[in-house]
Amino acid sequence: MKRLILWVPLVVFLVFLVTVAVGLYAPSDRKIQSQMVGKSVPAFSLPPMLPDRPGLDSADYATGEPRIVNVFASWCVPCIAEAPQLEAIAERGIPIDAVAVRDRPQDVAEFLRRWGDPYARIGSDANSRVQIALGASGVPETFIVDGDGIIRYYHFGPINPLDVPDVVAAYEALK
Amino acid sequence: MIRNSPPRLFVALALLIPAPAVADSLLPPAEYAYTQLPDPEQEEKALALMETLRCLVCQGQSIADSDAEMAGDMRALVRQRIAAGEEPDAIRAWLIERYGNWVSYAPPLEPVTWPLWAAPILLLAAGLWLARGRFRRRKR
Repeated sequence: MKRLILWVPLVVFLVFLVTVAVGLYAPSDRKIQSQMVGKSVPAFSLPPMLPDRPGLDSADYATGEPRIVNVFASWCVPCIAEAPQLEAIAERGIPIDAVAVRDRPQDVAEFLRRWGDPYARIGSDANSRVQIALGASGVPETFIVDGDGIIRYYHFGPINPLDVPDVVAAYEALK
Repeated sequence: MIRNSPPRLFVALALLIPAPAVADSLLPPAEYAYTQLPDPEQEEKALALMETLRCLVCQGQSIADSDAEMAGDMRALVRQRIAAGEEPDAIRAWLIERYGNWVSYAPPLEPVTWPLWAAPILLLAAGLWLARGRFRRRKR
């Protein structure tokens, strides 16, 4: 018994060593993903960001037609990388709405002029209220809301060219 | 090597210029992000809650400690909801519904978290057991 106890500190040390090594070589996933898939779109109403198109209202999402909601910002660099993919999706006739987080109209207009404009509606989310209500922890994040106003698909981070077929398929499946 | 590529020294120098890792917007902080509530009782309630909510973009800090824009917006949200008479637990539940338990520094008792709750008891028991051995030896 006593002999065995002598080994306990070594075993504890080895467990500690393995834990640290695993943590070093495979850091845990720090992406905080939205838990809103399967839930209704939270109630909100955002004023229009630009004069040429409407803002965003949660009442727009139970009309029978699925829509994509893209949380973005003109000050967000990955959003620039995502812009061509959103345009490609919009060209298929899929409606994309935008939640513009903490943004100014002149900056959004400039962003759309430089990087493309896929948006049907743009709501101004000046203090991140709708971003938080959607469970988005950053920009860009993308949701697909079905015709009953329920969030059915969620994409964390920018939509890369390889993600486009998935997003389109997810949208078509909801039609 | 590719012709017309920038000289290596230039690339090395360019890498030395620090680039901001997180972009920030140009809008001013939200109302109540850096302002206390007028009612000290409500402010106390809000602060106690903010200290147990995790900042989503900085991750090692509570939203009360963080200067990130999103943490400021979350503080504003907490203060406004407390001012509107909402209970802190309801606000915490609302955030957990959106971000999962991760957002809260107060983990609930669940099968996944039971080692976390059991560890102090187990360690204390082990300590008592070791101490017991010590005392017995001294008696001899």
